[in-house]
This record gives sequence, C-alpha cells and structure tokens, in this order.
Amino acid sequence: MWQFILRRLLLMIPIFFVLSVIIFSLIHIVPGNPIDNLIGPGMTKAHEQKLIEKYHLDKPLPVQYGIWLANLFQGDLGTSIIEKRPVAELLRHHLPYSLSLGLTAIALSFVLGVSMGIISAAAKDTFIDHAAMVVALFGVTIPAFWLGLILILIFAVWLNLLPVSGSGDLLSLILPAVTVGLGGAGLIARITRVSMLEVASRDFIVMLHAKGLGKKAILLKHTLRNALIPVITILGLRIGWVLGGTVTVEIVFARPGLGQLLITGLFRRDYPVIQGAMLLLAMGIVLGTFLADVLYAVADPRVRDQHQ
Amino acid sequence: METHQDQESIIPPANRWIRRVKKIRSNRAGLLGAFLIAGLILVALTADLLAPYSYKEQDLTIMNSPPSIDHLMGTDEFGRDVFSRILHGSRISVYVGVVSVGLSVLIGSLLGAIAGYYGGILDRGLSLITDLTWSLPEILVALLLVAVVGAGVECVIIAIALTYWAQYARLIRGQILMLKNEIYVEATRSLGATDYTILFKHLFPNAIAPVIVAATIGIGQAIVLEATLGFLGMGAQPPTPSWGAMMSNGTAYLFISPWVIIFPGIAMMITVFGFNLFGDVLVDIMDIREDTLK
Repeated sequence: MWQFILRRLLLMIPIFFVLSVIIFSLIHIVPGNPIDNLIGPGMTKAHEQKLIEKYHLDKPLPVQYGIWLANLFQGDLGTSIIEKRPVAELLRHHLPYSLSLGLTAIALSFVLGVSMGIISAAAKDTFIDHAAMVVALFGVTIPAFWLGLILILIFAVWLNLLPVSGSGDLLSLILPAVTVGLGGAGLIARITRVSMLEVASRDFIVMLHAKGLGKKAILLKHTLRNALIPVITILGLRIGWVLGGTVTVEIVFARPGLGQLLITGLFRRDYPVIQGAMLLLAMGIVLGTFLADVLYAVADPRVRDQHQ
Repeated sequence: METHQDQESIIPPANRWIRRVKKIRSNRAGLLGAFLIAGLILVALTADLLAPYSYKEQDLTIMNSPPSIDHLMGTDEFGRDVFSRILHGSRISVYVGVVSVGLSVLIGSLLGAIAGYYGGILDRGLSLITDLTWSLPEILVALLLVAVVGAGVECVIIAIALTYWAQYARLIRGQILMLKNEIYVEATRSLGATDYTILFKHLFPNAIAPVIVAATIGIGQAIVLEATLGFLGMGAQPPTPSWGAMMSNGTAYLFISPWVIIFPGIAMMITVFGFNLFGDVLVDIMDIREDTLK
C-alpha cells in the first residue's frame, strides 16, 4: 500500500514539470505585452526599457522559464505586474474562496449523484428511473454560468432567500456550491446507475439473492460497494471539471476566488498572476487525481496487489 | 450478446444500415434527439426567413420590454428582438460546434492512431501530453488558448479544437491497440501492405465508431464551451449574435429584463440535450460497449 502511494507521489514530479512548461510557454506566446498597460503618457523609452528589464521580458524564453522556476522553488512566484503585490500573497488571499467552493461542490455532487444513481438503478425502467436520468442529463448539459444566473434570479431576486453575491458567510456559499455541484451530480448519477446495474447482474449477486439475503442488504452492502469503484475513478479524473466550473461560477457570483484572479489576470495580461493561478489550479487537479487513486486502491484490494 | 454480434456480422452492410435506422425509429429518445438536431440545423440555415426582426436593428423606444405578442421573447437593452437574435445565434453555435469538433477529431484521431499503432517511446510521449491536456479543465485550456490566439469566432474554434482533441486521441489509441493484433492485420501485412495502408485503410474504419459517438456528444459540449467563452467576453464580437454574448450582456440587466438571459439558455440546453440523446442512442445502434467511451 505504502509502496503504491510512494510510487504515485513520485509520478507527480514529472507531471509537475510538464505542466509548468506547458503553462509557461502558452502564456508567453500571447501577443501583447503587460508593459503596454503600464505605460502612461508621461513615460519615456528609458522607463519602458527599465520595466522590461525588471521583469526579464527581454531575455529568451528558456531563460525566463529558468528564472521563474528557480524563484518558484524559493516560494517566490513573482510580483503582479499590474497590482504590484507578490503573487504568492494574492494566491493566499484568493485560494480559500475557491477551496471552500470546490470542496463543498464535490461533496454535494458525490452525495447527490450517488443517491440518485442508487434510486435510479433500484427502480430500473420505472418512471422514477427515467425522471432521475432526465434530471441528471440536464445537470450535465446545463452550462454552469447559466444555472448560476437562474438560481440568483429565483432564490435571491424573486424569493429573496439568499444573498446574490459576496464572499463572507456560509449563506453566500450555498448558491455557488449548488451551481457547481449539480453538474457533477448529474455525471456521477449516470455513472453510478450504469455501474450498479452492471454489478447487479454478476454471479455473486445472483448467488446472494438465491441465498435469500434481503434486497436492501444486497443493494447497499454488496452491489453499492463494488459499484462505487468506477465512480471514484471518474470522480478523480473529472475533478478538474468541477474545479473548472468554479472559475465561471466565481465570475457569476462575484466571489473573489482563483477563477476571478485568473480571468482578470488574463484580461490585463498580467503574466505572473496567470502563471501562478494556473499552476495552483493545475496542481489542485493533479493532487485530486492522486487522492482518488489512493482512495481507489483502498477500496479495491486488486489494484493494490497489482502494484506490488 | 455474442450471438447478436455474430448475426450482425453476417448481414450485408446495406441491410445493416437499414437495421440501424430502424433502431433509431423504434427508440423514442433517439428520435427526439435526431428531431432536435435536425430542427437546429434547419433554424440555422433559414434564420433570415424565420426571424421576425433583424438581429441588429435597434429600437430604443422599446428597450428591455417583456415578452409580448410582438416580441415573443421580449427585447434587450437596445430594443432588439431576443427571439430573432436567438434564431441568428444558432448559426454561430452550429458553426463553432461542428467545425471545432471536426478539427479536434482530425487532430485527435491522427495523433491517437500514430501513438497506438507505433507504440514505444512515441506512444509514451504522445500519451503523456494527451492525458495531461485531458485532465486539465477544458475551460482553463480554452481560456489560455483564447488569450493566445485572440477573441473572435475563428479563434474560439481553434481554441476548442486544441482543447478537445485529447479525448478523441485516447479513444482512437485504445481502439487501435485492441485491433492491431487481429489476424486480418497480420494477413494484410504479409501481403506486403505498408503501415500507411494498414493504419488508414484497415484499422481506421474499424476504430472510428466510438469516436463518432463521442463527437456527437462533443458538438453539444463545444456549443456550451463557446457560450461560456462568449459569456466571459472572449467569443464572437458584437453585433454578431451569439448565445453566450447575449447572456453576457444580459447579466447587467438581470433584475430588469431576465428574459434576455433565460431564453438563450433554454435554447442552448435544448440543443445540447438533443446531441446527448442522439449520442446515447448511437451507442446502442453501433453496438459499442459503454466502457470504451470512458
């Protein structure tokens, strides 16, 4: 088990490097220059030159990457060109809002999705099953930002129950978390249903029925446990999906998270901020995938044995 | 299951297609999906004839007016007819959806086929890039790419194509890996066929079915991604009516004229729903195991 975790952890190192190269090189192909946004009417060419040198924009790309990486390992992610504050500080400020939203949304989509999947599988081909799957399909297809706007309209404007936007208390977390969570719930419900039905047709479940075990016990204890394995895999692989949803939803709800930091950074071409935010989001996804893999190994002894 | 497949393989190809069409006709969800897609394409083609008003004609005397007999879905902040704009917006959606998915299938299946067929270090390198692209949230990749290539419809198409290719590459690679050890491939090779012939004439046609299914569902996803980028202000530029841009402009007037946001969203949802339903049915029709699509 520990060997498996260690091996998986070591695999994250090359992934990190490839990701950092991809992010860095993509950003630097961007036409336009962050300095253009800083130059005022009273500035001379000498000023401009000084700024370019300060941010190493005159050096070749591999050198810029080297400088960035070396600083990164010292915990220095650079300074925002526009806001003049350290990127690490900006990330620390914005991260909690994204983290709380992302985790709540994942928990919500898991609980909601798995329950819907179980009910649907247990009531296969009935009206309940069809209704649940239509709801799940809508959950997958509705664009997150639109759902967010509609929820604002219903719960904040018409019913006046919840705050429209904001970042402070738990109440302002409800609408964004539901918005992000419903999409994930739809996906998980569909996978849980298919997986439950697949497991239910296997011999050992048929055997349990023949043995006379109660339906409920078979469903929840034996079928569900085996059916959850692919669900965990998909959850791990698609964790980025959930985090991606938070980016647009943060804009809709004016929540000062990483998504908002990233989008404003993109519009202003603030390289260090874009790099920092992208890298942090990407690392979150890699970490999420890792956790899902470990969970997968805990749930399924066969995976563990394979790696020994 | 096995006997079913055996039957399928002894039916001549022409009859196989007739059977597939019959299967769609007997599946109500699939029929609905096909109907919705056909409707969307029809609307996109005839938007000029169907739309009661011009999509850019402004009438400031009727700004933000609610749905009525004259304006079925109300008007926006410039007094433009929302219904007409939605009809015209379907063009951008269909155009971006079809072209971007077409491009990404092309890129993905080429890279996936090469990786799967040749294997070795080439496969490892391509697979690492594919898996990484696939694991990143599509909206992040697309946002970065739009920042690279710029805003506008063509740029969005390129960004979406470069975001989505990974899932098709994975699918094709898996299929080729499975097929390349079949006896008929060995036979073709011993007859002196080149790698090119084997790969593109013999393996490709057999490997493409799950990609067609994934691409059908992918068009719906691409339409949503285009709208999301448009919503963030990076899609089609005004006055071109795109569903995402319409909703983006509408957010400022959410409390005054919610219909500007509600109706384009419903149009988009119905569209995506249609592609999903049709894709789900294609899985049945083409006899694809569900787990190949994951």
